[in-house]
Amino acid sequence: MPLDPQADVKSRKFKVVGTRPLRPDGIDKVTGRAKFGADATAPGMLIGRVLRSPHAHARIRKIDSSKAEKLSGVKAVITATDFVDGADLDKGTRDVLVNVMARGKALYEGHAVAAVAAINATVAKKALSLIKVDYEVLPHVTDVDESMKPGAPVLHDDLYTGGVEPKLKKASNVAFRHEFGHGDIEKGFKEADVIVERSYKTEATHQGYIEPHACLASVGPDGQGELWVCTQGHFMVRNTCAALLGMDVSKLRVTASEIGGGFGGKTTVFIEPVALALSRKANRPVKVVMNREEVFKATGPTSSTSIDVKIGAKRDGRITAAWSELRYQGGAFPGSPVEFGAMTAFACYDLENVKTIGYDVVCNRPKQAAYRAPGAPMAAFAVESTVEELAHKIGMNSMDLRLKNAAKEGTKSSYGPVYPPIGIRATLEAAKNHPHYKAPLGPNTGRGVACGFWFNFGGQTCTSLNINIDGTVALAVGTPDIGGSRASMCLMAAEELGIPYDKVRTIVADTSSLGYNDVTDGSRTTFASGLATINAARDAVKKLCERAAKTWGIPADAVVWEDGQAKPAGANAGNFPPLSLAELAANAANTGGPIAGHYEINADGAGVSFATHMVDAEVDKETGKVEIKRYTVCQDAGKAIHPSYVEGQYQGGAAQGIGWALNEEYIYGKDGRLQNAGFLDYRIPVCSDLPMIDTVILEIPNPGHPYGVRGVGETSIVPPMAAIANAVSAGAGVRMTQLPMSPPKVLKAINGKKAGKQH
Amino acid sequence: MAKIILPGSMRAAAGGRIEFEMDAPNVQQLLARLSAEFPKLKPLFDRGVSVSIDNHMYRDAELQPIAANSEVYILPRMQGG
Repeated sequence: MPLDPQADVKSRKFKVVGTRPLRPDGIDKVTGRAKFGADATAPGMLIGRVLRSPHAHARIRKIDSSKAEKLSGVKAVITATDFVDGADLDKGTRDVLVNVMARGKALYEGHAVAAVAAINATVAKKALSLIKVDYEVLPHVTDVDESMKPGAPVLHDDLYTGGVEPKLKKASNVAFRHEFGHGDIEKGFKEADVIVERSYKTEATHQGYIEPHACLASVGPDGQGELWVCTQGHFMVRNTCAALLGMDVSKLRVTASEIGGGFGGKTTVFIEPVALALSRKANRPVKVVMNREEVFKATGPTSSTSIDVKIGAKRDGRITAAWSELRYQGGAFPGSPVEFGAMTAFACYDLENVKTIGYDVVCNRPKQAAYRAPGAPMAAFAVESTVEELAHKIGMNSMDLRLKNAAKEGTKSSYGPVYPPIGIRATLEAAKNHPHYKAPLGPNTGRGVACGFWFNFGGQTCTSLNINIDGTVALAVGTPDIGGSRASMCLMAAEELGIPYDKVRTIVADTSSLGYNDVTDGSRTTFASGLATINAARDAVKKLCERAAKTWGIPADAVVWEDGQAKPAGANAGNFPPLSLAELAANAANTGGPIAGHYEINADGAGVSFATHMVDAEVDKETGKVEIKRYTVCQDAGKAIHPSYVEGQYQGGAAQGIGWALNEEYIYGKDGRLQNAGFLDYRIPVCSDLPMIDTVILEIPNPGHPYGVRGVGETSIVPPMAAIANAVSAGAGVRMTQLPMSPPKVLKAINGKKAGKQH
Repeated sequence: MAKIILPGSMRAAAGGRIEFEMDAPNVQQLLARLSAEFPKLKPLFDRGVSVSIDNHMYRDAELQPIAANSEVYILPRMQGG
């Protein structure tokens, strides 16, 4: 029984892992039995509703809720004063507090200013209309470049640009300046034969999860609370809500519902502390469900960005210098993912001279939230577009230019550390060797290629595995299942225990049942919860072997575990018939009691991940409409535990990327209000917009995981916008530098080219 | 001594340098010693950091040992979606 987690990464022959069984939550989800955030009810339940600012930027002079409080059926009205004052909170949590309920100023249209709990939605709505807020409307700014200008309206009087010395004398909307890189960038550009320099802009996009935020909170007069919520991390929800409400962590139990998509957008709290505060005040359960308009206006989209890129190369295609300045607005609070944009921008390449500068900027927009590989897709759009143009300028095939400069084991990454074994070259070669690469193109159709990188991480994870009396297994994990992770956990537990997949049932346990688990994000769940599951199973196997040894009266180290059975290690250990897991489980009471495995870890060694995407896009030159004709994703998964769900992640990233590239954008009016807060006017791709997305799973084992797993949930969103931009630019005959490439923008670029102006 | 490399955004706070030779038994003490020498680094570290030790990335790992000849990169705290 190999207990060394590194021992069998490459040589292991898997029996269950790598198969494609049905997901355990599948029947419930297709029949409607699955319980999502809004599906919970409780006796005496009230309905909570939130009053939101109609202004992009306004001082709140006074809130008068007296009429609302007197309305029959209203049980509670809350404002910012119903939460802690924030003095003892760290800066990040204090920003969450202010985002959850405005205090002093409304910082964006949709910012919560008050909330009510009433006996039904009609009364709650009426009560909101009776709350009078006295606003002093202030000048606003929603564009990242405008927000950085000296005369821009300043959102926070106490925000001074970090990362610069000496400290600036005036408050600014630039929260932080980041810088990464190595080598001598000026020397590198002097050595270049060809230099390409471009500026790009991308609009904010929403994660677009189908299930809006929803929760049911219940706080009793003893101060103990329960929360049912759709979230990517119920332990995070518990800790954050407890901090915002001044509760003991132990007094709040949070249960994660099924989740209808998150993509990073459900890694923080919005309505959860509000529902708890209302419940605490009303002494009744309170349910809060956002509508789609609220989701768009008051939850986190990703950043809009403005990016400059400059790359120089020799005539033979070797890049001599790469530089980028990235400006990301992250909504009304510091914390845009520009640092990750700056770190990942050139991470695919082996560069001697590289420098990136990132500016984290605040604007009068909703606080951004993570969106798959936060910050990386926009940087990849800008860099990979420039790489493509550089190849054209040199007269070199862009795939060959990428291969010539691709990072490899031993490359000093653009953000610092040296790479271990990585798969970027393998993904490029897989794309180059794919039939798609050589397929003929139709008229007005361009083919685009782009690479992408994401870090992945592990994080805090705690898992318990219980052997049931009939030999089946109950596995409790603390990471909500967003992309089929329960199936993957069942596969890994079954593999270790040597039992069939359907003998393991995995549940997402509540916060009182397990130690702390980090959020399901960072592509970490299959890696970290998987690692914990494998080790919990090995812990159980160790105990099973000990029970067999006890039964046979031989030393525990004279027992091995093979194919779901304990066996004597050899002839010297004795001649005993094997004891199966089911037999040992049935007799557990007589050999020492329940048998369980447990494991807790702050996992590291997640292993970086690379992908190459290839896409054919047809451009209607009369209307500017783009149709995606063919799409192929090549990505390194380390080891695909359940290949169908790995393919699903690849396809999902590409589909979201197609929407981000072609249609999706937050459109603001001059009044700073969002003009398209609904799926009719904010158009995400539907099936008829998409071709079949082909996938190639590469398996270059991650040495940091017992099975070689790398996270796959985020990397697939990194290359699409660049690949599509390269395809559209080829099809349209003009370089596209702004997202989304919606028909008006494509048409404008085509007409600009005809008029002699490069867009 | 271990080689310590800070991101460029910490250059000004660290007296114009980003590379240091320093002995520290673990991440916690490394950050404490750097903060003691350059107090303006403390608030930057307090924003949260990840650390790469000999090309192995760690997050929330203050007690992770640092060998005498290690190469250590201080990086932003990793986040994801």
